[in-house]
Amino acid sequence: MILIIDMSYKKDSLSLYEFVKPIANIVRATDDFAIKHFSEINENDIDSSEKVILCGTALKDNNFLCALEKFEWIRQFENPVLGICAGMEVIAKVLGCDIVRRSEIGMTKIRIVKQDVLLSGRKEFDAYELHNLSVVPTKDFEILAESNICIQTIKHKRKPIYGIMFHPEVRNEWVVKNFINLPKHC
Amino acid sequence: MKLGVLFSGGKDSCFALYRAMQKEDVTCLISISSKNPESYMFHTPNIHLTRLQADAISLPLVTFETEGEKEKELFDLKKAIEKAMREYKIEGVVSGAVLSVYQSTRIQKICNDLGLWCFNPLWQSDEVEYMKEFISLGFKAVISGVFAYPFDETWLGRNIDKRTLNELIILNKKFRISPIGEGGEFETFVCDGPIFAKKVKIVKAFKKYKNYSGIYAIEKAMLVKK
Repeated sequence: MILIIDMSYKKDSLSLYEFVKPIANIVRATDDFAIKHFSEINENDIDSSEKVILCGTALKDNNFLCALEKFEWIRQFENPVLGICAGMEVIAKVLGCDIVRRSEIGMTKIRIVKQDVLLSGRKEFDAYELHNLSVVPTKDFEILAESNICIQTIKHKRKPIYGIMFHPEVRNEWVVKNFINLPKHC
Repeated sequence: MKLGVLFSGGKDSCFALYRAMQKEDVTCLISISSKNPESYMFHTPNIHLTRLQADAISLPLVTFETEGEKEKELFDLKKAIEKAMREYKIEGVVSGAVLSVYQSTRIQKICNDLGLWCFNPLWQSDEVEYMKEFISLGFKAVISGVFAYPFDETWLGRNIDKRTLNELIILNKKFRISPIGEGGEFETFVCDGPIFAKKVKIVKAFKKYKNYSGIYAIEKAMLVKK
């Protein structure tokens, strides 16, 4: 089962349609999934999940950064995690990285700087961006992709934890599919 | 949260409004009328009837007119949103963008500049599933413009119902017509739905059509009890 986490300012918000349902529609084609708001995640949810996807939020919605204690489970989780935009920022904060102000809105060229199965086979592609913050990773992470403005994809060096700044649900569904196809432990 | 909904009177803005009203406090509709029939951002047929539709929905309408030049009309959209901020204290904007990155990017940038929330509750929806839900919720809309092959004159004024949707799905397979008109293949005008306190009755309309392009121009419409 894949756990899809709604990162929005409140449960069952207007953002659910925009940032969570499009990801669920991609996952639905191949896998079972559950959607939960970050405020309601419990130990059972985490233990029963083969993979976890942390979704994005509205541009003005950074409320999740005030509730980092809800994401402490990321430190112990052994299975693959994909953080999208807000999800990437949470992964970064929980695992000791910095957040800085970097804004991109709309389509941006992404350059792959290190090959990995998540972005396999591509050298560059255009992706949809919607962020005012970005991540400065620690040495625990490797950088997989960049734009002219900021780091676009990171992967933890010892765990299958990924962060992507662009929104793959727009024109790049293949990234989510690659994540779904990762082995449970990798 | 107080929200203003960008409102053209077509199915996407009405459905976005419906979703916004389920979740937040919609305090006004915002309508841009473009003098340019080829407007990149703003739907044009029957835009003058948004006032009547707003009355039917019982929401105030903020209107603004633009010349419809490609990027200049975005300044006018910003002015309209600023007017809604002043008059209705909105904290965010809702749009009916479905797949258009062009449209959503520009609205997101304006909201970001103005410090407003931006919501797109139809974003990346499955086109056919969205249309099915629109119809099953009881929205009533007619096709108010066609702008692509193979639409003939009979499509103008036609109700959006299950039969119409099935034909649009066939046209999608044969000619790659978007079943929601996302590529500008057709436009719609909504007369009734779950958010309408009264319904709009079309009293007089005419068709203007040539070479797979035409509009269903509503000359006279009125509100009637449901």
